[in-house]
Order: sequence, then C-alpha cells, then structure tokens
Amino acid sequence: MMENSIWMVAAFYLLAAVIVVSALLVVVLKNIVHSVLWLAVCFIALAGLFLTLDADFLAAVQVLVYAGAVCIMVVFGIMLIQRGDMGKTNLFNSQTWAAGGVVALVLVVSGYLSAATHWVGTAVPVPGKTVEHIGTLLLSKYVIPFEVAALLLLVALVGAIVLAKEVKARC
Amino acid sequence: MLTLSVGLTQYMVLSAVLFGIGLFGVLSKKNAIAVLICIELMLNAVNINLVAFNKFVTPTLFIGQIFAIFVITVAAAEVGVGLAIIIAIYRNKLSVNLDDFDWLKW
Amino acid sequence: MQHAWLVPLLPALAFLVIIFLTRPWQKLSALVAIAGILGAFVFAALAAYGVFTHPIFTEGSLVYGARWFSMTGLHVNVGIMLDPTSAMMIFMVSMVASLIFIYATGYMKGDPGFSVFFAYVSLFAASMLLLVLSSNLLEMFVAWELVGLCSYLLIGFYTHKISAREAAKKAFVTCRIADFGLLLGMLSLQIVFGTLDLPQLAMRIAHFHQYTTTGVLTLIAVLVFLGPIGKSGQFPLHVWLPDAMEGPTPVSALIHAATMVVAGVYLVARMLFLFSKLPAAMELVAVTGAFTALFAASIAITQREIKRILAYSTVSQLGYMMLALGVGSLSASMFHLWTHAFFKALMFMGAGSVLTALHHKADVWEMGGLVKKMPITAWTFVVGGLAIAGIPPFAGFWSKDEILASTLNSHHYVLFAMGAFTAFLTAFYMWRLIFLAFFGEENPANHPVESPWNMTVPLIILAVLATVGGWVGTPWANVWSQWIFFGEVEHAAPNYGVMIGSVILALAGIYLAYLLYYADREKVRARELARRFNGIYTLLYNKYYIDEIYLWFNHAIVDGAARLFYLFDIYVVDGIIVNGLGALTRVSGEGLRITETGRLQNYALVFFLGVLVIAIVLAFSSPSAAGLLLGGVK
Repeated sequence: MMENSIWMVAAFYLLAAVIVVSALLVVVLKNIVHSVLWLAVCFIALAGLFLTLDADFLAAVQVLVYAGAVCIMVVFGIMLIQRGDMGKTNLFNSQTWAAGGVVALVLVVSGYLSAATHWVGTAVPVPGKTVEHIGTLLLSKYVIPFEVAALLLLVALVGAIVLAKEVKARC
Repeated sequence: MLTLSVGLTQYMVLSAVLFGIGLFGVLSKKNAIAVLICIELMLNAVNINLVAFNKFVTPTLFIGQIFAIFVITVAAAEVGVGLAIIIAIYRNKLSVNLDDFDWLKW
Repeated sequence: MQHAWLVPLLPALAFLVIIFLTRPWQKLSALVAIAGILGAFVFAALAAYGVFTHPIFTEGSLVYGARWFSMTGLHVNVGIMLDPTSAMMIFMVSMVASLIFIYATGYMKGDPGFSVFFAYVSLFAASMLLLVLSSNLLEMFVAWELVGLCSYLLIGFYTHKISAREAAKKAFVTCRIADFGLLLGMLSLQIVFGTLDLPQLAMRIAHFHQYTTTGVLTLIAVLVFLGPIGKSGQFPLHVWLPDAMEGPTPVSALIHAATMVVAGVYLVARMLFLFSKLPAAMELVAVTGAFTALFAASIAITQREIKRILAYSTVSQLGYMMLALGVGSLSASMFHLWTHAFFKALMFMGAGSVLTALHHKADVWEMGGLVKKMPITAWTFVVGGLAIAGIPPFAGFWSKDEILASTLNSHHYVLFAMGAFTAFLTAFYMWRLIFLAFFGEENPANHPVESPWNMTVPLIILAVLATVGGWVGTPWANVWSQWIFFGEVEHAAPNYGVMIGSVILALAGIYLAYLLYYADREKVRARELARRFNGIYTLLYNKYYIDEIYLWFNHAIVDGAARLFYLFDIYVVDGIIVNGLGALTRVSGEGLRITETGRLQNYALVFFLGVLVIAIVLAFSSPSAAGLLLGGVK
C-alpha cells in the first residue's frame, strides 16, 4: 500500500507544498486577478498529484477543464464586472477571525480522524491503460450518470445564457 | 506523518488542509467571485481524496476516478452558472460585495 | 295511625291550592289555609290518641316507610316515625298553628299580600310537620331547609322595608352556616354507619365501637349540633332571631316562638341516642344551652321594643331546653317545649294585638296603662307573664322546675346556678315589660282599641292552655315523663327545695320590676340605676356588640381576602403570567432577530459549525457512530 520509491515520495512532498502554498495565496491576496492566477498554478500542481496516483486520464482532464476552461471563465467574469483599479478587490470581511477558528477546528478534527483511523487497503496496483478502462466503464456500468451529466451541462449552458443575457429596456 | 513512505493518510491530510483553506476563503472573502474560486479549491480537495482512495483501496474498480470525473464536470457547470448569476446581480446592484447582499435581513 | 302521613300533606295541598287557584280571593284563601291546618290537627289528634292507647315507647317506635332512592352503597328511605315525642309534637304544632292562622285573619287584614301570606304559612306548617314526622335524616334535612326557606319568605314578607329584607337574608345566611355543619355531620354518619334511617342508626350507634372511635363520633356529634345552634338560636349564631321580628307578628308567634326554632331542639332530642353516648358532646350541649339562656336574658333586661324583648326571651328559653337535653332529660326538655309554645305564642299574639292598636309603635316606654282600653289583651298577657316567670299553678312553673331539678340531680351545680339566676332575670324583664306597657299612666298620644274576636279568642284559648298545660307533668302525678322519656322512666321524688326556691326567685324578680317600674311613677329609680351602671347598661343594650363584631369580621376577612385575590389577579395572573408571557415572547423574538443578518457567509459559518459538532459527537461517542462517519472503518 505504501509508496516507497524516493522519487515518488519527493514528488509528493514537492507537489503538496506547491498546492498548499498556492491555495494560501489564492485566499490571502488582495488583488483578485492575482488570486485567479495562483489558482491556475494550484490546479496544475493538482494534475501532477493525480499523476503520482496513477490517474493519468484524470490529470489530463484536470488540466484541460480546470486550469484551462474554468480559470479563463473566471477571468472573463472578473473583467466583465470589475471596473477601475484591481488592487483592493479581494478583501476580508468582518467574520474572518470566527471563520479562522472554525477552519482550525475542522482541520484538527479531520486530521485527527484521518491519522488515527486504521484504513484497510490493498497493495494491488492500478491497472495500466486507464483510459480504456474508464471509457469502458463509462459506457457500460455508468452510462446513466454519463448521459445525465451531458444533460446537466446542456441545462447549465442554457441557464447561463438566459441569466446573463442583455436585458432590453422597454419603452 | 512526515514519513519516508507515502500512504493514504498523507493524501487525506493534504486533502483536509486544502479543504480547510478553501473553507476559510468561502467564509471570509468579500468578493463573490473569490468565494466561487474558493469553492473550486474545496471541490479539488475532494477529488484528491477520491483518487487516493481509488488507488489504495479499490484500484481495479476505478470508482474513485470516475466519480472524480463527474465532480469535475459538475464543478465546471457550476462555475458557469455561478458567474452568470454574479453578472446578473452586478447589473442590478452594481456591486459584487457579499456584505451588501442582505435583503433577507429582518 | 297509619294515615299520619296525611298530617303534613293537608297544609301542603292548601299551599298549592292558594298559590295556583285562590290567590285573588283573600277570604277564600284564608279559609283554605285554615281548613288545611284544622284537618291536620284532627289527624294529629287521632294519631296522638292512637299512640297513647297503644303502648309505644321511644325505643321501639312505629315506622312506616318506603324506599326513596338507592344506588350501590346508598339506600335512602322516606317515611314517618310515630312515637310519643313526635305524636306530641304534631299535636302541639297543628293546634298552635290553627290558633295562629285564625289570629292572622285579623292581624293581616288589609294587607295586599294576604293570600300569599296564608300560602307561605301553610307551606311552613306542612314542612314543620314533615320534619317532626321524619324517619330518615335526609328527609328531615329536606324539611329543615324548607322550614328555613319559609322563614326567609315570611321574615321578608314586607318587601318594601329594607330592614325586613336584610333580616331575612341574615336569618337564611346564619342558618346556612349552621346547616353546613349539620350536613357534614350527616354525611359522616352515612359514611361511618352506612345509613341515615333513624331507627337503624339508633341500633348501630348502640354498639358504635364496631364502627369508629369515641373521638371521631364526638366530632360528628359536634358537627351535627352546629345545625341546632343556628336554627334554635344558640350562642353564637343567635343573631338572626331578634332581627327576625321584622316579619309580621303571626310569623313571629308561629315560627320564632313555638315551632321552627324548636326544630333544632327536636333534632338533638331525636339524635339523643348519639349524644348520650358521648359525655363531651352532652357537656357541650348543656353548657351552650345554659350560657345562651343567661346571655339572652341579660340582654333582654335593657331592650325597649316589645317584640325584641320577646325574641330574646325565646332565645333564653331555647337555651333552657338545650340545657335539659344536655343533662340527659328528654322529658324535661320536651315538656318545656310544650309549655313554652303556649305561653310564648300567647305573648307574641298579645304583642301583635298591642302593635295593631298602636299602629306599630313598638317602644314600651311609649306605651302605658293599656289595661284600661285593652283588658283581654292585657290580662291574657299577664297569664303568659306568670307562666314564664314560673309561678304555680301556671304551666311554666312545672316545666322549668323539671329542668332545674334534673340539672341539680345530674350534679351540674354551676349550670344549675346559671339556670336559677336566669329564672330570676326572666321574671324581672318580662314583668318590666308588663308594668311598662300595660300598667301605669296612659300615654295621651295613644288611642288603643281592643282587637276583634278573631284575635282575642285565640288569646283566651292559649291563656287557658298556659294555665292547665303544665298539669300533665306535675312531680306528684307525672304522666308526661311516663310517655316521653329517654333511657328509663324517671321516678324522681318531688324536690321541694328547688320548687320553693324557684318560686322565691320568680317573686323576687316580679317585685324588683314592680319597685322600679310601677311603684315609682316617674321611673326615677330606673333611670338612676341605668345611669349608675352605664357601662354595663350600654353593653347589654347593644347586645354585647356581637353583631358589630360579626360585621367587622366579615369586612376584615371576607373583604380582605377579596382584595387579596383581586391584587393577586391583577399583579400575578395578569402581570406576571399573561403579560409576562407576552413580554417574554417579544423580548426573545427581538433577541433572536439579530441572527437573521441576511448575509450568506454568516449562515455558512453557523452551518459548518453545526456539521463540525455533529462530526465530533459521532466520532467520539460510540464505535458504531464513528463507523458511520468513516465509511465503515474503525
């Protein structure tokens, strides 16, 4: 169950550091565009992490969808909304300290639970050619969620268009 | 925990940390878009968890990875719709500051 | 004898006929009423004759009854109980009532409520006769209350007078308080002995130790005695009797002299099988009686209104009757009841005659020398005065003597002294009245005229009875106590000491009254005496301020309690509970309102806090819950 190769271990810790630091920067920075850029960095590091977990297809999808489409969409949104100086666009609100407390508690509890639990696992390696396996599964065993997901995307598309449409002024 | 071998526990702790950071951002940022991107962070933390469990507990079933694919799909759709909503609100109220959206107040 | 139930029925029928049919015709109504009561008298006489020719003694009386109602555990019979005591009572009541009805045709002449009056007194007569004949305590209680009702109606007969209405209320309320005790006593008897039938109760109480203790039974007896305290005007519930004089004089004669007030004495007499087992209760009865006698006589010596003097005299004589019962002598008590009915009714009717002649002027100091213009009234009243004072051969001497003798024989020396002193006072106040009203100088403002035949003939008949009525119970040939007794027949030797002593006391009283109110033309000595003993005089004249004390008590306690409850209602119920609840709701609402900020992130914070709490609880409470949290892993 455990990875012992030194390269994998080093890769994990490096990627983990990048993920955590960039996530912190996303939250802490006061310029929203900077936040979004560091978000992209975080997503790419996540893709690397997926690779260490033998999920190569997923890593590719992560880069394509998240780092590519989602971040760009968010930048588009920012540009449509923010006017003027981007400097002070991402500030903290009044309940920051309370939020900090809650988060600390969440961390403590979940950390303790993850560390203290005796997880039962196997040492079987992930089969190679994950794309083929995922593809087969998606179209046989999980075909219904697959189709529903497609429908969901259609609905989201239509909804977004309707919501963001120009409102014509009535005379 | 910081051992020389990486197992399920390490991935779970990483996921927890990322989730916590995302949660902090959701609860404490003023800008609506910032909240949106912090939600994305939380979803990604969940994804790490899923894929880690997939590798260490049920590698041959691929359940974790497929679940993660669907999470990504839904997250993308959600970002699209969320941004549309924010744009619509901005058009009416000329602000994306969450502190100003208190019409459900007493 | 088995038709004795007709005795109460006839006046009851008369009542119904008058109320529904003959109200508009006055003479007819009076005729119906008199017919009813005379019919009752005839049957009563027949029943008494039957009782005295067939030997039936108090222990084993004749009972005719029928079941009234029954449930599990409760069977109530109704019926008549005929024994020498009840036969004597119905005979006396119906006879005196007939005479008073005839008298009332003269007294109530011209009154707009003439017919209604006769309806009420008929109902009263029916109730009283039913009370006397009752074989069951519940039946007796019904009759008791009916009698009280009639008393209320008749005292308040002059509805236009506020004093009459108030007096009627006072009578009813005072008796009600007493009846509360009686009812409790009756209920206790039913619970303890399982029956209210008088003969059955007598049997069971004879060996009462199977049922209950002496202490509990004494308590029951005291409760039962509370009824007679109210109804027979014993201290401290005597306050209604003097005020009851607001009613028409025939009412005073019938109800408050001869019949209703003796219902209490009769009840104790009937329940003597209960009281005689309990020495403490008997002592209570005797002491109450003696005290009441002395108490009322002391008030009577200062009163000014003619009917009030007679009312206190009634209270005093009732005290004598209670005293006799308390020392265990049923015959002496019933004998005095018998003679008292005659001479007291006589004197009340005489007073009524005077009042009619003087247009209802009641103060004896404003009367005088009435013997000249109203000889029949005056001389019959004198006969009554001699009887009550206890001068032989008149009736009162024999009965009062019996009471004093039995008190002495049962070794109650203090009570005997009280009784003897009361006899002296009785003679004194009664002859004070006679000398002031009938003898001496005439008051030029008065124009008295002798009353018509329908008022004077009953007076004469009663005067004859007051003279000879006591001859059935002389110590040498005591016919009375051979028939009416409790325990065993008393064959006491004539006590010459008591006889001569009481005569001396009576003569002394009369002589003192003579000195103060007749020999002294200007009544100088009387006024001197009143001035010298002003403190005592005021106390006695104001009836020991008992009425004022009761009124104060009522105001302080009842009104005080009412005020307390009012304040409680305003401040606690209204203020704390009702308004407080409202205020609490409002304040808590206002407090909780602050959590509704309308801001999403605040809600999200609380939400995550909740999730955290649930997770902690699940994880650290039990292994199965932790498994739920962690996906089946320990």
